[in-house]
Amino acid sequence: MGEVIVITSGKGGVGKTTTTANLGTGFALLGKKVVLIDADIGLRNLDVVMGLENRIVYDLVDVTDGNCRLKQALIRDKRYDTLYLLPAAQTRDKTAVSPDQMKQLCHDLAEDFDYVLIDCPAGIEQGFKNAIAGADKAVIVTTPEVSAVRDADRIIGLLESEGKEGPKLIINRIRPQMVKKGDMMDIEDIIEILAVDLLGIIPEDEYIVISTNRGEPAVANPVSMAGAAYKNIVRRLMGENVPLMNFDSQDGFIDKVKKMFGFGG
Amino acid sequence: MLDLLQKMFGKETIGSKDIAKERLRLVLVHDRINVSPQFMESLKDDMIKVISNYMDINEQEMEVNLTTSKSTVALVANIPVNRMKRGCTLED
Ligand SMILES: Nc1ncnc2c1ncn2[C@@H]1O[C@H](COP(=O)(O)OP(=O)(O)OP(=O)(O)O)[C@@H](O)[C@H]1O
Ligand SMILES: [Mg+2]
Repeated sequence: MGEVIVITSGKGGVGKTTTTANLGTGFALLGKKVVLIDADIGLRNLDVVMGLENRIVYDLVDVTDGNCRLKQALIRDKRYDTLYLLPAAQTRDKTAVSPDQMKQLCHDLAEDFDYVLIDCPAGIEQGFKNAIAGADKAVIVTTPEVSAVRDADRIIGLLESEGKEGPKLIINRIRPQMVKKGDMMDIEDIIEILAVDLLGIIPEDEYIVISTNRGEPAVANPVSMAGAAYKNIVRRLMGENVPLMNFDSQDGFIDKVKKMFGFGG
Repeated sequence: MLDLLQKMFGKETIGSKDIAKERLRLVLVHDRINVSPQFMESLKDDMIKVISNYMDINEQEMEVNLTTSKSTVALVANIPVNRMKRGCTLED
């Protein structure tokens, strides 16, 4: 049996879909058999981020409604032959699927795949409940902003009350320069406040935008910093112990001076 | 550079992250205050256990609540004491 992991956040636009696409591609790069479920019914996005939008025939709701077999709805990524996508329905809404149906679907997929990743919609309503229903593990994405961390806290509470213990946190869009200047909450602050385990940190990176434009997740790009950070996360999810990335390798003179004077950098 | 010097020698240029952190802390205290009745019950049970080492209290009349004002949250307990236990009163 494979592992079913939901990527969720509470607040919208913090990087769930980007994370799902990159982790999925990252697993496939390491030869793992992985399927990505776009659970954002009505607002499908993962297909575009993956560059697979032209290949959709059937979708998730077609499967749960019985219009097609599960295998027929899976799109194989031609670049990585162990990577598959189950797209969301675009013309339906979140109530077209029930949590029980999602549970069954995840269970069926986990029999065939090493990893099943679910891209959760924003919010805490039905779409969220559907997305987490069949998950063994939850990954929460946040950005270093008050509103996003607050919503992450709410999600952690909801996951707990649904019996999903031990969610792991990804902090996305970190800007090292701003953290240095004291104008962005740092990792320790956020981890301490949320009291969860950190899975990884992703820097703000223009390659994310470029790769989204191209429909080729950044994790496959050898010069992307965010891509490298996603690779690390993939390995951590596979049980490896990978140290956190240091975004500012050009730690210079100023930092040394600050340290000398006892101003922790 | 001036900015840096100010940071090194004075505390007046406090980064906005500290403001963010404090605001987040407060907002979460309020968000998390909607705790379940079970949470309050188990808190009450534990309090009774500890306090009973020192005094007899009226458990039926005991009230424990979280109350909020603008910037703080307080745990307010009103616990009627029936009797102090001997030996606890004169200890240092
Ligand atoms: N590390 C990053 N660096 C730069 N841009 C990023 C980064 N992460 C995400 N973005 C950008 O932020 C936007 C939102 O990302 P994404 O669609 O992944 O968020 P989401 O959480 O799935 O949103 P929604 O809640 O609407 O589903 C996208 O335009 C994406 O390219
Ligand atoms: Mg999304």
